[in-house]
Amino acid sequence: MFTLHELRRSASLATKVFIQRDYSDGTICQFQTKFPPELDSRIERQLFEETVKTLNGFYAEAEKIGGSSYLEGCLACATAYFIFLCMETHYEKVLKKISRYIQEQNEKIFAPRGLLLTDPVERGMRVVSFWAVLCEGTGLTTSGVPGEAARKWGLP
Amino acid sequence: MSVMVVRKKVTRKWEKLPGRNTFCCDGRVMMARQKGIFYLTLFLILGTCTLFFAFECRYLAVQLSPAIPVFAAMLFLFSMATLLRTSFSDPGVIPRALPDEAAFIEMEIEATNGAVPQGQRPPPRIKNFQINNQIVKLKYCYTCKIFRPPRASHCSICDNCVERFDHHCPWVGNCVGKRNYRYFYLFILSLSLLTIYVFAFNIVYVALKSLKIGFLETLKETPGTYPPLAVFLICFFTLWSVVGLTGFHTFLVALNQTTNEDIKGSWTGKNRVQNPYSHGNIVKNCCEVLCGPLPPSVLDRRGILPLEESGSRPPSTQETSSSLLPQSPVSVPDLRLTVTFPFPPIPPVPSLGYH
Repeated sequence: MFTLHELRRSASLATKVFIQRDYSDGTICQFQTKFPPELDSRIERQLFEETVKTLNGFYAEAEKIGGSSYLEGCLACATAYFIFLCMETHYEKVLKKISRYIQEQNEKIFAPRGLLLTDPVERGMRVVSFWAVLCEGTGLTTSGVPGEAARKWGLP
Repeated sequence: MSVMVVRKKVTRKWEKLPGRNTFCCDGRVMMARQKGIFYLTLFLILGTCTLFFAFECRYLAVQLSPAIPVFAAMLFLFSMATLLRTSFSDPGVIPRALPDEAAFIEMEIEATNGAVPQGQRPPPRIKNFQINNQIVKLKYCYTCKIFRPPRASHCSICDNCVERFDHHCPWVGNCVGKRNYRYFYLFILSLSLLTIYVFAFNIVYVALKSLKIGFLETLKETPGTYPPLAVFLICFFTLWSVVGLTGFHTFLVALNQTTNEDIKGSWTGKNRVQNPYSHGNIVKNCCEVLCGPLPPSVLDRRGILPLEESGSRPPSTQETSSSLLPQSPVSVPDLRLTVTFPFPPIPPVPSLGYH
């Protein structure tokens, strides 16, 4: 069992799996729900899909074009955008929600499985990454291929 | 090699960002390196408006209405605010891939295409995606080591990939992209209105004065002629360029296209795909581009780097040089650990000596 704190400290020993963006709906922020084989032994497929779908739902909410986003845009324009000095945008509020959700998921679900989910905002919204910490003696190993590639590229 | 003293001053991430940008106000302001033409823009707008307010508005306010300079002042303030917002904000720069992510992508590419023999340039890396029933190609950026999202492009002047890249504008001293396109559009629109307004009232001023004291007397009056003449000339040349540009961008906004796509002819021509991003409705396109949700910057310029990173570099000035990502892969894990901190509110790891 791992605590979140231990996972973050040993992140340099992690094998990382990156889930890329899914552009089939245009440029809105969505991540692929295809289950990566490297996580096969670590997490259930359904749990993974549920997490990614929830994240996608949050991003869709942030980028939703509707009455409230128009109102925000028009109000901001009318004040020559000075209003953003004292007000958070809707997008920023949703990003904070996402960070809280990811932290919760890490504490409750992923850390006990030796995984760490990183916030896509840290990677420029390009990828969601799962860090699988190598653990010895538990019988759990990550799949060989990413490990070999990581060694080839000189990563710890 | 001299010993470097660990400084108590924090190092912020903007000081280590790659790319050719200039940062001011401790990372709050982000611009391109060449700012000369931006200063010219400022000078022209401020100079012309100062002449107008100082010499002509006094007469017009008395003779016609005090609302004239008030409205001119509002237009002036709005265009200055939008200009500064365009110039100083992050246009939507996509941060470069860290080594682990780049390696993962390289692995995927090699798995698809096979390894390239040593010494040979690898073939262009392209991924095909289907968006709204059209096939769109994603290109791999060798500098940033990422597959560029659709509509993103790499700006060679700023050396960054920018989302929804429109163009690099030397007049505003910055790239125009996803995050600042609306400010840019509102700037050129308000500047067009301001130019037309000032030009028109400039002519009205000369006409009114001529009616009172005659045209020749008006011309002979000193310093009377020079301000209106200067304003007239500047406005005349600005009108043709800025109003034309506003018209062009209004056309682009209505079709939800970028200047970059228009120049490359991405969506025109017989065998090309149709623009998959357009809603097909001018009003919807305008609303999305100008009033849509505004994503925040993902660069995290003002985040703090750990002390081990800051202690090993010479003191940074406000202008950043084209600093590279940390060369040694050993230091990268520490950077990654701290990158997670700004967003999730997790207490810092005590061993890193945070405060």
